[in-house]
Order: sequence, then structure tokens, then C-alpha cells
Amino acid sequence: MTNYHADAQALLPLPSVTFHVLIAVSPEPCHGYAIIQNIESRTGGTLRLGAGTLYRSIARMVEQGLLAETSKRPAQGDDERRRYYRITPFGTAVARAEMRRLTNLVQLARASGLTPESA
Amino acid sequence: MGFYCLLLRLYPTSFRNEYGSELMVTHEQLVRDRGRFMAALAALTDVVPNALLAHGRILRQDLRYAFRTIARAPGFAATVIIVTALGVGANTATFSVADFVLLRPLRYADPGRLVRLCEGPKEGGGWGCMNELSPANYRDVAGGTRTSFESWGAFTGTSVNLVGRGEPVRVGGTLVTPQVLPTLGVAPLLGRTFDSTGGRDANTAVLAYGFWQRHFGGDPGVLGSTIRLDGSPVVVIGVMPQGFEFPEPNAQMWLPLRLDETAFENRNNTYLHGIGRLKAGVTFEQGRADIDRVFSALSREYPASNAETGYSYFRLRDQVLPKFRVMLLALCGASLSLLLLTSANLANLLLARAAGREKELAVRTALGAGRERLVRQLLTESVLLAGLGGLAGVLVATIAMPLFSHLIPAGSLVSARPSLDVRVMVIAGALTALTGIAIGLLPAIRASRAGFGVLREGGRGGGRRQRLRSALVTGEVAISVALLISSGFLIRAIVRVQSVDPGFAAEDVLTLRTQLPSPRYDDSVRREQYYRGVLADVQALPGVSAAAFTSGLPMVLTGGITGVEVPGAEVKSSRTDGVSWRVITPQFFKVLGVEVRLGRQLEDGDAIGRPMVAIVSESFVQRYWPGRNPLGLTFTVRGAARTVVGVVRDIKVRGLERSMEPQIYLPAYQMLTGIPGLYQPKDLVIKAVAGEALLPSVRAVIRRADAEQPISDVRMMRAVVQRETEGRRAQVAILVALAVIALVLTAIGIQGLLAFLVTQRSQEIGVRLALGADPARVAGMIVAEAGRWTAIGGVLGVGIAYVAAKSMQALLFGLEPSDPLTFAAGLSVVVLVTLAGAVAPAWRAVRISPLVALRSD
Repeated sequence: MTNYHADAQALLPLPSVTFHVLIAVSPEPCHGYAIIQNIESRTGGTLRLGAGTLYRSIARMVEQGLLAETSKRPAQGDDERRRYYRITPFGTAVARAEMRRLTNLVQLARASGLTPESA
Repeated sequence: MGFYCLLLRLYPTSFRNEYGSELMVTHEQLVRDRGRFMAALAALTDVVPNALLAHGRILRQDLRYAFRTIARAPGFAATVIIVTALGVGANTATFSVADFVLLRPLRYADPGRLVRLCEGPKEGGGWGCMNELSPANYRDVAGGTRTSFESWGAFTGTSVNLVGRGEPVRVGGTLVTPQVLPTLGVAPLLGRTFDSTGGRDANTAVLAYGFWQRHFGGDPGVLGSTIRLDGSPVVVIGVMPQGFEFPEPNAQMWLPLRLDETAFENRNNTYLHGIGRLKAGVTFEQGRADIDRVFSALSREYPASNAETGYSYFRLRDQVLPKFRVMLLALCGASLSLLLLTSANLANLLLARAAGREKELAVRTALGAGRERLVRQLLTESVLLAGLGGLAGVLVATIAMPLFSHLIPAGSLVSARPSLDVRVMVIAGALTALTGIAIGLLPAIRASRAGFGVLREGGRGGGRRQRLRSALVTGEVAISVALLISSGFLIRAIVRVQSVDPGFAAEDVLTLRTQLPSPRYDDSVRREQYYRGVLADVQALPGVSAAAFTSGLPMVLTGGITGVEVPGAEVKSSRTDGVSWRVITPQFFKVLGVEVRLGRQLEDGDAIGRPMVAIVSESFVQRYWPGRNPLGLTFTVRGAARTVVGVVRDIKVRGLERSMEPQIYLPAYQMLTGIPGLYQPKDLVIKAVAGEALLPSVRAVIRRADAEQPISDVRMMRAVVQRETEGRRAQVAILVALAVIALVLTAIGIQGLLAFLVTQRSQEIGVRLALGADPARVAGMIVAEAGRWTAIGGVLGVGIAYVAAKSMQALLFGLEPSDPLTFAAGLSVVVLVTLAGAVAPAWRAVRISPLVALRSD
């Protein structure tokens, strides 16, 4: 898996929607609408994804190997037309790489005396 | 929900298939959470941009894939692009020119109602202007057809010397009756046109836009100013708008034509062209009926002049000679055939490749690629190839256009040079692209239908498609044969035309025109002084062996017909029995190398006060005095009895391809007064090896004789004769080019199909060879296949060629459309080329190694 790291780096920086989706599905598999709601509540309503935007991202992420469809479903109350997506190990690696990148960036900004408050 | 379902259709099918139901679920949830209206609004702003982006993503993928495919088989792509480019390019060029000459409306008001009228032979003749109208006949037609025609005008060509604005120049103008310009329905840009009510317009002129720009710098103050034409003052009263051309593209000004009572006296004096405007709602044929009635009445009433007189009546836009129409239509037919052939070839190429790709597509289908996705991808590929081919086609058309422009007959009303017609290009491109696309899709459809069957079969194409390909190749052979034979016919025709003996020697003859203006040169003494002075000086120039003035060059002045009275010969009609007459100075025959068969040439002494003499051509003697010695006999022409002193060979005065009247030549020094400007000696012909290098000295001679005398129409006689076949040569060049392209395409088609067959049957051939089959027989088998297509296609092609040759018989110059030599030549070229196309595949077949062939699957 020597290429793993390089492949992950090649995808950076992640589009913000992609990063949000990765965050949303990382605890447990989700279906599409749950991802939309998850992102909306996590961002306090500032990011409300349209279904089209979401599924285009999902299509691309599946192709890139960040997400995979899973057959595991909650026991009841589920619409069987729904599909559930889980994060892949590669997806996790990419999300971590993106976090590192962003953290480094924020540290750099702090070191040069920039704070969110002074902006 | 229905609304959202509809919106979902905007997504690419593959995306919809994958995520459609989930998108529905999500939307239902949204409706529950936010309400119907807000959900619909959100859907609208979400679906439209995302659908576009999804399409764009697929397009990018497909283009990448297509470019990779093209790069893997660059030969195939190049062939497709070249084939498309040739088809689209050749067609665009041909049809642009045809549209320009035959279809584009003229720039007059409601041009469909404009007609032309001329006189002609009683028995039809129909097209083009055979003979001009006499003023009296014109007047009677204009007066007698008021039920069908709104207005009539008459015009005739003229030229005048413009002096006093820089170098003296010869200006081409048109004498028009006041009704001509209003009949055309174009208002002047400045000032007015001629007044139809009174005679106040004598000595006025209306200028053409180009002339106004050139000589007056576009100054609007030109109105009311005076210019000097032929020495007389003329007042400019109007300027016509840019693009207005009548009756020819180079008309520079219009002068008033006044027909007074004396003009109507002689119905044999014909010099007018009629232009009429049909009343709204009156058909062309109704107009003809009206004219027919008038002409019938005229021939009863004036049998002496009109008994044998018919008319030719045609739409103004049909002024283009029928020969050119046939020529253009023939080329259109040829290009269309080429387009068909292009499509057939394209189809064949793509079918061949489809067979090769079937396996790949079947594998992709088996791996879950939907039919829609495959179709879409192949479509992108086909459109990409067609697009590249189309672009190359534009290039081909651009390069070909100048050649095609030679086809436009001089003097037709089409202005300027044609430019590439975008509409035509789009149509030709679309046709080719459609073929490409339709055929390109076949493999995708088949692959998704056949599914795993193809994989099992080992990727061998079905027999039906092979039959289709054979039929296509056979069709290509037929078209090639037809094109080649048609070109052969035209090439033989041009050779025949060029080998026509014009009756004179055009080599090393320089010609130029010095038209003496009236009234300054109305005085016969001045005229004679001018002619004699100029000729003596020119003849004294070094290298000049002879020089003369004539009233008209052969093939330039094609008319100039008059009636003669020959004692003892019955006059049927002065029209049908007309002779072509020229007024010449001595040495004319020497300059043009016209052989004197009997008697003598004209001499300087044949002047006023000496016996009135004439020289006649052999056919004149044939007509009036067959079997007799004409020397010393007399006839009357233009009111004077003349004695024949010499007989010369006939000259093709009307051009290489036209029949001619007998000719008579009258001495200039006995004809110094009382002849219209058209018949006055004005063209100087000089026999000199130096050719055009002599021009400066000739100019100096003329300037010494008269500093105000302009020189125009400088050319070599050789060029005049060559111009006769210019249109034909351009046509042959184009047709041969089309035929060669067709031949190459056919060879590609045959070679491609045979190569494919060899690949397909490599197993069978390998086994045969392994079992000891004679390689020569194997090769023969392949060549025989090509032979079969060629035989069937050849028979079809010969049939098409015969029909084509019959319909362009007017161009064949007497060649029979069944001429066996032409057929044999065309056919054998095609047979040779097709067999040559079979050589490489046959060679490959023989070299198939049985082992490799058996192992290949």
C-alpha cells in the first residue's frame, strides 16, 4: 500500500462537499437524505446540499474509491429504495490527509498572528 | 412527483438509472419536511445545473476515450477524416457556385417578374439572345402586351470615350429607354433616373456606383456637373446604388436612348434588347402567350421582314446560357454522386471497424455497461470524427473555390465572385455526419443485443452485414465508372473543340481598340487620315509584319449580320439569309493569316472614287454562286452594288462551337460615312513576334495621332481563342478531380473490404494452405471477389454514364453519348484500379501462416 498515501495526496485539496460527506458517513453508513440532514445540522443550516449535488458527489466518490455502497441496513422503518454508503479505508485515509492539511494551514495562519477574531 | 420525474429526465440516462430512485426518495422526504412548493423550488435550482455538469463529465470521459481510440488507430481516423473532407469540400464548392449562378435572386425589386425579350429564329431557339429587336418590333410588342406586362424598356450597349478626367478612357455604357431603370425597380442612390415624359434628358447620364467612386471619389456634388463623353458635354443627373448591375456586371453608366420616327422605319435594323415586368399575378407563360400573339400578327402584317422572325423570351435570371446551366448541373450531379460515394465509403469503413470492435463492446456490456452508455460513447466518437472531417472539408472547399469560380460565365448578371455558402456546407456536413453516426451506432446496438453471443462466436460479423458491405462497394464502383466515363466524354469534347480550325492564325497577333468618337470623327477625311497615319507608323515599327483595322475581331464581335441582294438569287428573308460583314483595311488577311483562295486582297487603292469592291468567303460563294467563278460578279449590300475581287477562307466568327454565316469584307476607305459605331473599324490587329512588348510603341504612335484617343481591350488573339474553351477546361478539371477522388475512394473501399474478408477467413485460408491448397488459387479467390463487385458495379456504372452523357449531350460537341471508345477507356481504368486494390489483400492471404491462423482464436 505504498501508493495509498500518494493517491490520497493526489485528491487534495478536497472539495468542501466531498469532505463534508466523508465526515457525515464516517461514524456509520448513511443514506443520501441522512447525509444532507447531517451536514445541514452540523453546519447550523449554512450548508444545505441539493439532492443532485449530493448524488453527483457520491457518484464521483464511489468512482474514486472514497465511498462504497453497503448492504447493511437498519432493521426497520426503512424505505427499500434507499441505498446506504459507508466510508472506505481509503476514504478515511483521504479524510485524515485533508484534516492534516487544514490543520497545518490553520497553524501557519496562527503563527503569523492571524486570528479569526481579528479578521 | 410527476414534475420531479420530468426533471430527472434531464440527467444522463446512466446517472438516472443509478441514482434515480434514490433521488425520488430524497425528494419525497423533502416534500414531507418543507412542503410541496419549497421542495419543487429547491428541485428546480438543484437539478438543472447538476444535470448539465453530469452531462459535461460524461462528455469529457467520452472525448478522452475517443481521442485514445483515434490515437490507437490513426490510419483509420485519418482515412475517415480525409474521406469526409473530400466529400464535404467538393460538394460545398460545387453547390456554392451553382447556387450563386442558378438560384440566387437578382438584386432587383421582385426579380421573378422580370423577363427578357429578343428576336430569334421562327422555329424556337428559345434560350439566350439570338438576335436583337428592331425598334418597330419592340414598340409593337410593348404596345400590344399591356394585358400581361406592367412595363417594357429597351436597351442596347454602347461605349464612349471619357476625356478630361485623367487619362482618356473608354467607358462601357448602356443606352436605355426611360422605362428601363423604373422597370427594374431600383431607386437611384442620388438624383434621379431618366424622365419618361419629355425629351429634356438629352445629353444626361446616370452613373454606376463603382464609376462614381473611381472617377469622382464618391462626391455627392457630382449631380449637375458636366463630363465630356466622345467630345460632347453630358450632365450627370443620378447615381445608382452599390450592387446595381445592368445589363452586365461591368456597366459603368446609363445614357438615354431616344427612339425617333426614323428609328422605326426599318424592321431589319435590329439592335435593341427588351426588358419587361410582368403584372403581379400574371404567369410567365401567360406573358408568352401575349407576346406570341403579337409576333404572329407582325409576321402576317410585315411578311418581308417578319415572316421568318420568331422571338426568344426568357426570365432575366436565365440570362445564363443553357450550356453553362448544363455544365453546372452536370457538376452538381457529379458532386452529389461523390457525396453518396463518400457516405458509402464511410459506412464501409465504420462497418469494418465495428466488426473489429464488437468483441470489445461485448466485453464492456458483459461488465455492466448499459446500451445507452455505449451508444453515447460511440456517438461522441463518430461526431468527433465527422467534426474533424468537416473542418478539413472547409479547408478543401476554400482551396477549391477559385477553380470553381472560372465556371461563372462572363457577362452573366451574377455579381462578384461567389463565396463559400455556409448553408450548403452545413447540409453536406450534416449528411456525412448522419451517415457516420448511423453506421457508428450499429455496433453498439448489435453488441448490446447480441450480448454474450458475440463473445462465444469469436467476434465474427454476420453474413447480412457482409452483404451490405459488398453492396456498398459495388455501388462505389458504379459511381466511379459513371464519373470517369462522364469525365472522359468531356475531355474528348474539349479536344474536339480545341482542334476546330478557326480559319485564322491567332499566334503573335496583338489586338487593341481605339474607338473614334463622334462627332469629332464624323468627318471622313479625318477618319481616313487617322487610320492611314496610325497604320503607316505601326507597320514601320521594328518586328511588325502587318497591321490593320477591323470593325470586329472574330469571336469578340460575334454578331454584325446584314442582308445582301444577289442578282438571280431569291431573297427568302434578310434575317435567315444574313451574312456576317466586316469593314477592314488592307493587310487584315495578312495579319490573321487568312488564306486568299481566289483573286486578290484589299489594297490601299480601294478607296472612294474607285470601283466599289468586296471580298467574300467560300461559303458565300457556295450559297449564292455554287460552281461559278465569283470574281467580277456583283451583289448589293447596304445600298451599294459591289464587285467581288477576292475569295477567302471562312472564319469561325461566332466562336469555335457555333455555326457561322458566310462572311463579306468591305474596304474601310470606301465606308467612311454612314455606318453605325458598332461597324466602324476600331480594332487594331498587329502581327508581330514581340507581342505585348510592342504595346508602349503602339501607344506612342496613337498618342501622336490623337492625344485624346483612349486605348482599351488590349489582348493577344491567342487569348481570345483560348477564352473560348476556358469554361470547358475548368469544368473538365473539376470533373476529373471528382472522378479521381471517386476512384481513390473506391480503391480504399475495395481494399478495406477485402482485407477484412481475409482477416475473417484467415482460419479457413490457413487450413486450406496447410492442406496443400495452391497459393495462386487462394489469391485468385480473393481477386475474384473484387472482380465480382467490379463486374456488377461496372454494368450499373455504364448504365448511369449513358444516361448522364445523354442528358449533357449539349456539351459533347457532336460526340455520340454511346461512343464506345470513351466507355471502354473509363471502364478499363476502373477495372485496373479495383484489381490493384485487391493485390495487397490477396498477397496477405497467400502469406497467412496456417499455424498462426489456427492459434489466433
